[in-house]
Amino acid sequence: MMKKLSNIHWNHYLNYIVIGLFTLIFGSLSLGGMYLNSSLLFLMEKIAISIILAVSLSIVVGFLGELSLGHAGFMCVGAYLGGKVATLLEPSIGNSPFNLLISLIVGGAVAAVCGVIIGIPALRLRGDYLAIVTLAFGEIVKSLFQNSSDESFGGALGLDTPRYDKQYLFIWAFALVLITLAVVQNFIRSKHGRAVTAIRDNEIAARSSGINVTKYKLLAFTISAFFAGIAGVLYSFSNYTVQSAKFGYNYSIEILVMVVLGGMGSINGSIIAAALITFLNTKLATILTGDLAVLQNLFYAIILIAIIIYNNAPSLKNFRNRFNFGVLYRKLIKRNADPTNIGDDKAKWDVVPTKIEMNEVLSTDLNPSDNYIKGKGGDK
Amino acid sequence: MELILSTLINGLSLGGIYAMIALGYTMVYGIAKMLNFAHGDIIMVGGYVIYVFMSFHNPLLAILMAVICCVILGIVIEKVAYKPLRGASPLAVLITAIGVSYLLQSLAQIIFGSANKMVTVYEFGAIKLWGVTIQVSALVTLAVTVVVMTILTLFIKYTRIGRAMVAVSEDKGAAQLMGINVNKIITITFAIGSALAALAGLFYLLKAPSISNTLGAMPGIKAFTAAVIGGIGSIPGAMLGGILLGVVECISYKITAIAPYTDAIEFSILIIILLVKPTGFLGKVRREKV
Amino acid sequence: MAEFILETKNLGISFGGLKAAQDVNIRIKKNQIYGLIGPNGAGKTTIFNLLTGVYKPTTGTFYLDGEELCGLGQEKINHKGIARTFQNIRLFNNMTVIRNVMVALHNQPEYKCSALQSIFRLPRHFKTEKAMQEKAKELLRIFDLEEEQGNLACNLPYGKQRKLEIARALATNPKLLLLDEPAAGMNPHETEDLVKTILFIRDHFDMTILLIEHDMKFVAGLCDQLTVLNFGTVLAEGDTKTALNDPEVIKAYIGG
Repeated sequence: MMKKLSNIHWNHYLNYIVIGLFTLIFGSLSLGGMYLNSSLLFLMEKIAISIILAVSLSIVVGFLGELSLGHAGFMCVGAYLGGKVATLLEPSIGNSPFNLLISLIVGGAVAAVCGVIIGIPALRLRGDYLAIVTLAFGEIVKSLFQNSSDESFGGALGLDTPRYDKQYLFIWAFALVLITLAVVQNFIRSKHGRAVTAIRDNEIAARSSGINVTKYKLLAFTISAFFAGIAGVLYSFSNYTVQSAKFGYNYSIEILVMVVLGGMGSINGSIIAAALITFLNTKLATILTGDLAVLQNLFYAIILIAIIIYNNAPSLKNFRNRFNFGVLYRKLIKRNADPTNIGDDKAKWDVVPTKIEMNEVLSTDLNPSDNYIKGKGGDK
Repeated sequence: MELILSTLINGLSLGGIYAMIALGYTMVYGIAKMLNFAHGDIIMVGGYVIYVFMSFHNPLLAILMAVICCVILGIVIEKVAYKPLRGASPLAVLITAIGVSYLLQSLAQIIFGSANKMVTVYEFGAIKLWGVTIQVSALVTLAVTVVVMTILTLFIKYTRIGRAMVAVSEDKGAAQLMGINVNKIITITFAIGSALAALAGLFYLLKAPSISNTLGAMPGIKAFTAAVIGGIGSIPGAMLGGILLGVVECISYKITAIAPYTDAIEFSILIIILLVKPTGFLGKVRREKV
Repeated sequence: MAEFILETKNLGISFGGLKAAQDVNIRIKKNQIYGLIGPNGAGKTTIFNLLTGVYKPTTGTFYLDGEELCGLGQEKINHKGIARTFQNIRLFNNMTVIRNVMVALHNQPEYKCSALQSIFRLPRHFKTEKAMQEKAKELLRIFDLEEEQGNLACNLPYGKQRKLEIARALATNPKLLLLDEPAAGMNPHETEDLVKTILFIRDHFDMTILLIEHDMKFVAGLCDQLTVLNFGTVLAEGDTKTALNDPEVIKAYIGG
């Protein structure tokens, strides 16, 4: 019996428990008739959306190791399509949870299809090239919705969506966070997640070990896009309106920042970073009003640069190892670690590679030569 | 016919600006192996410096100061933000560059406010060529671009520093062993890139005399796109990509039906080109050795 | 079953004008340990890359157990039964030792489990995970790596990394195992250990092995047959003793 208990990896369920408890407490407070400040509810919805976005992006960036700068593009597709479906259904079924569910599924599915479409170039392109293609995708999507006709997607004015009661929309949001976590973590902590991580670590070795690289790259992109779409639908309900200008590359980068700050390949890290950054941004926006509002971006930028340099500078390595929450946390959970599962790796996130292969060479040649072979030594 | 000619000239001059910025991306990428996302904002800084020094009503002084300030800024950014991260994960450097970009934009907003500033550097006026009215500033832009590009190509091909740059981009370690000061070369690269960005800022002001703190954001991305289309790392590629993108943009703006979709068209061209030729027009194929 | 496990017919590839390999004919019988030797740049690793689908040959073809595999992708060739190790070790560095092996078990029919089954945590998922773990542990035990299972692959000492790579290759259940300079960088003690391991693999897994090696003592003590390459062409072939004493081979190695 004791043995059975110790086989359960509590740290695998920690994030469900924390988020579940949080939802339960606030959910019962809200449904129990207690008045919750609407700005608090809005903040919670925002945090939930950020968490879904960060966790879904971490599949592609943290586990597959490809750089995507178009996550907001998938979100945009989800937001518009989901919002549109909800408006179309409103006359017939009203603001029912059923309506919400259908729009979530449609928004997610269409975003997933876009994920497949953008995943196809991903198979041909490496690192930075993929980053620019995803960035371009995001801008294209934004531009298409911006110039849509007023009847279809509202054009530049944006699309208004049905109004759901704030008192329980945030419960939906956190329920979706839990679902996202379950799907993403179950995927990552399975043979399929292992295959994806293997591709990140060494694509050639993964191929020669029989991993179907094409399939797994597409799968990772699709799952990631699906949940970005879900987050988009949530966003459209949370804000009562969808405006394409919001989904520019700046927003994609904000999501990427969450993933990177949280630690590559760490889902819990992504969750914490997403919640913190969203909280910080919202708080800065409320504290710094009037003339001080311009300081918000400045603080954000300085914090960002400082954290990244502190976390990554090779010269600060020793200092970092002495004061590192990650190391402390790993010490705490070490006893429960399961070597066969992802997430229990003791890999330091700053050394986890991303396939941003920066090996293009400066040249003034007009004729690019093929077969430029990288690498030194050895025989052919 | 007149429309075609004037569109073409405008396109070429816009393409020249893109090419200038794209060169900065390509050179920094080729040598420091990083995407300098803050590069576009150097253009904006250049524009503001010109705005400040135009209070002395001396365009040449303003331009000179813009180039000097941008070069200093570029070097400072490299030393403070990027140098500590040399050897760290490329993604960390990328995020830092994004942070620097935010920093520059918000600093500009704090100093100059969010309203657009108007500044006229020099009134070139317009001339009639074969019955077509053409802005002289577009011709000047085009001419300066061609001269700068030629000088840069010759510089890289025939000077010691230029050859050292190529060596560093081929193999940093080997270059170091050959006695090349890699840090110095990277600094020089940033300096050259920033100087080009300052010139690009000038050309933007010649085109439309209004400046805001987000002036550099979209041109930055477009130029990055241009650099990738041409094959990142390739100097002629950056010129080719820039010119192509500029011409396409001007043509697209002239056709009413597709004008609103100009950005989408440009980015679609990028995706299509990369699908057909994954390294861009002049990028070298590098095959990983197994 | 075909007479030969591996049979190549006029296999060749050229990069631009450079003929990295041409008209290579190798025939390997089941259970043989077959050596592929030659000076640096002779095209040995190129042959491995051709056999595993990294490169597509410009001429010729090859058969595994009578089935033509030429032109298939890397993962397909692996499914058909050719596994390899790399000259410069390629492990999944940021994954634990046991997961390195489990990745390679991915395609075995007995560990089939779709992504949906995993996401919904159906019983199938737990069954395959458990079975994969056990199989991986069994393989690690054979290679004395069991106590390292929880460590990251990049933290292993060099010799153990080589072993892990072999274990990973075997996990894909191949018919033919390609070893690219398995003894490179090993001290004499480790090399001796490696010889035993390779012989054990042949007997225990009923395996056919094709290996590249520079250590002549190692080759002479281990291989049943050899092919000697020089400048991409076959210089000599036959049983080990004859091939090594061929005057052409001696000339290629010593020069003259």
